Amino acid sequence: MGKIIEVKGLCKSFDGIKAVNDVSFSVTKGEIFAFLGPNGAGKSTTIKMLTTLLKPDSGKIVMNSFNPASEPNLVRKSFGIVFQDPSIDDELTAMENMEYHGIMYSIQKKTRRARTEELLRMVELWDRKDDLVKHFSGGMKRRLEIARGLLHHPKILFLDEPTTGLDPQTRNHIWEHIKKLNKKERITVFFTTHYMEEAEQVANNLAVIDHGKIVAKGTADGLKRKTKSGSLEKAFIKLTGRDIRAEEAKPIDNLRMRARVWRR
Amino acid sequence: MKTIYVMWIRQLKRYLRSRARIIGSLGQPILFLIALGFGFGPIYQKAGGGDYIQFLAPGIIAMSILFTATFTGIEVIWDRQFGFLKEILVAPVSRMKIMIGRTLGGATVAVMQGIIVMLISLIAGFRPNSTYTIPLAILFMALIATLFTAIGTAIASLLEDMHGFQLIVNFFIMPVFFLSGALFPFDGLPKGIALIAKVNPLAYGVDGLRASFIGASHFGIGLDLIVLGSVVAVFLAIGAYLFSKIQI
Ligand SMILES: Nc1ncnc2c1ncn2[C@@H]1O[C@H](COP(=O)(O)OP(=O)(O)OP(=O)(O)O)[C@@H](O)[C@H]1O
Ligand SMILES: [Mg+2]
Repeated sequence: MGKIIEVKGLCKSFDGIKAVNDVSFSVTKGEIFAFLGPNGAGKSTTIKMLTTLLKPDSGKIVMNSFNPASEPNLVRKSFGIVFQDPSIDDELTAMENMEYHGIMYSIQKKTRRARTEELLRMVELWDRKDDLVKHFSGGMKRRLEIARGLLHHPKILFLDEPTTGLDPQTRNHIWEHIKKLNKKERITVFFTTHYMEEAEQVANNLAVIDHGKIVAKGTADGLKRKTKSGSLEKAFIKLTGRDIRAEEAKPIDNLRMRARVWRR
Repeated sequence: MKTIYVMWIRQLKRYLRSRARIIGSLGQPILFLIALGFGFGPIYQKAGGGDYIQFLAPGIIAMSILFTATFTGIEVIWDRQFGFLKEILVAPVSRMKIMIGRTLGGATVAVMQGIIVMLISLIAGFRPNSTYTIPLAILFMALIATLFTAIGTAIASLLEDMHGFQLIVNFFIMPVFFLSGALFPFDGLPKGIALIAKVNPLAYGVDGLRASFIGASHFGIGLDLIVLGSVVAVFLAIGAYLFSKIQI
């Protein structure tokens, strides 16, 4: 089967620290792929390089047969993304967020409106479409971001910890939608999560990254067999060790903190 | 074109929806108009300068534009930290257009703010020479607004978080404002200060506003237009370049 993402020898350092160190993997068209790893392993950094937000120091990336370095806009049209941190404009309504996204992706008005309605109904936000996003709950914002990421019919959907901080109901709900879309529209899904049951349940394939290096690749069953563990969580801990990751706080972490304090 | 429109309308909507911000940012110009206008008015008159409010109002209008414009430019950091910037930066559109749209949006907001302050100063006793030259004044407002939104964007593109913000206020906005001739005339200043004022683009903006409103000019309205126009072009280019280099 065709590969839709191919990564070879990807490296990225921040101030001499190797955040992503010689990472190689590939994702098959149409699959749900989980990218797992402890805090600070390099998951988000890898996603940023795949999605043209960050330039790799070295390595090769092919996204939907395009090269992010030389054909950024073709790559950008190929994927939709839900970032780890919120990325909707709180001061706009749900509808405006969708509209502006659609316009920037040059979707014709008629298609845009129809697709917006379809997606907002799917994530059950159609009734709230004219409300300012700042009045939404965390789960509603997340659902809106997913709907927005799907508006332009992407081939690949990136989800960086889409369910972190959400209650089990909302999490199930979100995964139902994503699985449905994966089936119906053949969207390839690339996601990260710290919930191992989640990864075990939905992912066809997965890769585990630790300290910037891939430490395991395969199916959930394969990893469990290889590490002789009863669950993916146990396999994960065997692969990545027990110690908690001490990480230097980045400005964004301070902000996450402050955002929490100010409930923005 | 559509990208520019989206970025522009977004800025406008955000502004119109934050009434608290609009009112809040009018406090400072009103205070300046009242405290300085009425406080220094008699001295200015005694010194033979004429009606101080006539001299001061264009300076205060420029001040409110300077603040609003620089802040909306710097809001890029805000977008960066609260995430919306990422959504824009992964969109399949040129970053140049994003920056231009955003800047025009910020500039429009700042001009609206300037016009509100103009109306307020009319209440405080400011009397422009004629209504015909008001469009010219608005052109100068637009130039000042675009310039400082672009500068704000350029600065914000270089910063990672809001920590540098106070620094920018104290070492950029304040000096630019106080050395722009907004509050006092340039005639008879010590050479050093006069020189600094000469390389301060806001000085040409204030001068242009004064020329259009009350027909009094230090540099000449032609020079004002040329200097401001070129500085706007330069900083739009710098801002667009730095913005296009943002990595997250
Ligand atoms: N802009 C940056 N500047 C400096 N260091 C960075 C930057 N972005 C990431 N890092 C560092 O790179 C490493 C990998 O970070 P990354 O965000 O990719 O981790 P992650 O796997 O997504 O972790 P988490 O599960 O906590 O989201 C960390 O050590 C982090 O501190
Ligand atoms: Mg992450």
